[in-house]
Amino acid sequence: MKKILELHDIKREFQMGSEIVRALKGVSFDVFAGEFVTIMGSSGSGKTTLLNTLGCLDKPTNGNYLLDGVSVRERSRDELAKLRNEKIGFVFQAYNLLPRTTALENVELPLFYNPTVTAAERRERAAAALQAVKLGDRMHHLPNEMSGGQQQRVAIARALVNEPVMILADEATGNLDTRTSYEIMALMQDLNQSQGKTIVFVTHEPDIAAFSSRTITLRDGRVVKDQINQQVRSAKEMLAALPQTEDYHV
Amino acid sequence: MKVLNLIRLALLALQRNKLRAVLTMLGIIIGVAAVITIGAIGAGSTASVHNSLAGMGSNLIMVMPNSNAPGGARLQGANVETLTEKDLVAIKKEATYINAISPSSQSKGQAINGSLNWPTTIEGVNQDYLAIKNISLKDGKMFSDRDVHTYGKVCLLGQTVVDNVFPKGVDPVGKIIRFKKIPFQVIGILNKKGQNTFGQDQDDIILAPYTTVQKRIIASIYFGSFNASAKSENLSQAAADEMEKILRKTHRLRPAEDNDFTVRTQAELIQTLSSITTLLTALLTAIAAISLVIGGIGIMNIMYVSVTERTKEIGLRMAIGARGRDILSQFLTEAILISVTGGLIGILIGETLAFVIANALKWAPIIDKASIMEAFGFCTLIGVFFGYYPALKASRLDPIEALRYE
Repeated sequence: MKKILELHDIKREFQMGSEIVRALKGVSFDVFAGEFVTIMGSSGSGKTTLLNTLGCLDKPTNGNYLLDGVSVRERSRDELAKLRNEKIGFVFQAYNLLPRTTALENVELPLFYNPTVTAAERRERAAAALQAVKLGDRMHHLPNEMSGGQQQRVAIARALVNEPVMILADEATGNLDTRTSYEIMALMQDLNQSQGKTIVFVTHEPDIAAFSSRTITLRDGRVVKDQINQQVRSAKEMLAALPQTEDYHV
Repeated sequence: MKVLNLIRLALLALQRNKLRAVLTMLGIIIGVAAVITIGAIGAGSTASVHNSLAGMGSNLIMVMPNSNAPGGARLQGANVETLTEKDLVAIKKEATYINAISPSSQSKGQAINGSLNWPTTIEGVNQDYLAIKNISLKDGKMFSDRDVHTYGKVCLLGQTVVDNVFPKGVDPVGKIIRFKKIPFQVIGILNKKGQNTFGQDQDDIILAPYTTVQKRIIASIYFGSFNASAKSENLSQAAADEMEKILRKTHRLRPAEDNDFTVRTQAELIQTLSSITTLLTALLTAIAAISLVIGGIGIMNIMYVSVTERTKEIGLRMAIGARGRDILSQFLTEAILISVTGGLIGILIGETLAFVIANALKWAPIIDKASIMEAFGFCTLIGVFFGYYPALKASRLDPIEALRYE
């Protein structure tokens, strides 16, 4: 099995005035291709710092982090940007779509920073990614013309469009109601199971963690629990089990 | 990132805030339009001065008598008598840079035809005078060399004189008029020239052979002035210098002595008058350019606002793979796009205004390609200069903090 992420004794310290805050105190784990990992932890556990490190937005103070075999520590700012562009698909809690910009143009965005992609290919791939999240009929809609769930699906399409080795989701269901959360999780599970996408999902909701195949729990800057979920719940089934409401149609 | 993509991204960003983009452009539009309009008016007025002076003659060189007496009563140039037939012959023989030369002796008097009369000036010249002064004939012919030698009592009339001493519908050619009791036969009519730059009516004139005027009217062997025409505008100065040399020789002036004449070229006169309009134009253009700079500051202001407002977008772009320089070039492109689009609109408005004004003042419309290119280049520079710092600020944002910015 191919290792997508390798973390060896990752430490991250911040200088806050005269004090040194140690956000990560030696985190080690590997993530293999095709895994669906949730990273759990209460606030202050170092979850966000770990997410920034995994997303190549931040570099560890100590320890070694390999993303798809590439060591992140000695990369420059520009090289990190390239790495993020090629290997990571971000999904954020607040969607982070560009306002007054159509779904298609939002999804095209990462490809603008990939010089090998031509304009025609960019459009084609963005359209395909939107089809994959079942928004083929919303391509020319603006974010404010779409529901929260739809906006998050556009964001997922944007994460997929550059064919990353890993989707990195940060509380991606945090702004959504239960039903829409399940929809997003069903989409994530589908991407993971039928397309073999590696997903790392940062959340503080145990409910959401139950959909993943493995859960890593952080506390106080250390991994306190790392377990394979024996019984992965199906978001699709959960969605079907929810009581129907009259104003809702898939 | 490819330039085309940069422009596309910048266009998308500007489209999201059309009104703001247009308002920001307005500063540049007004600035460029002002610079172009003022520049065109300046060029037009210079050209019109040039044209009216060029109408005085073709590459004209004027020689006037001048007193060089160091003491005693100094006389007015016209009353000094230094230019003679000898000078004329010498110049005709020796000067190489001129096409033609004609002497001029003037006298004021009353032109009379029957019951009609008109106070005017008679100017004694030779047969080359028309070519030198760029005057054309409306009717009749110029007098000949023979008329000059025989003190012929023939004359040509300016239109003003014709209008005043001949009733409407009468053809003056062949008729006799009297000037200072001497009858002159009218052999030609001059084409209308209008007023010169100084408001003098150039058509209020009678031309006659200079010998006739000298001998029969003013009884003097001296000339009031010489008019010559240089072979080309570039040769004007050389011709003037050459003539000065010849005249110093015929006047037997020692090296220490001042000239007893003055040589002026038309080119000099044009230069003097144009330099005034050029200075004025430069001054006004500078003022207009200040408004361009203020427009640039407007762009800088809006770009700063835009960077702050779009911090989260910048964070997102960085997260999905934009490098610092991608962000820098994106914001720089936006600034340049605003200033260049503004510049183009400004050029259009400026040229239109210049055209309308030129039409109103009956100037030939002047579209100066160089000034358009300059305005265009200047706008790009303004975009780069005033867009750079906001763009740099954007490119240096930390993606983590930018993403969390609310």
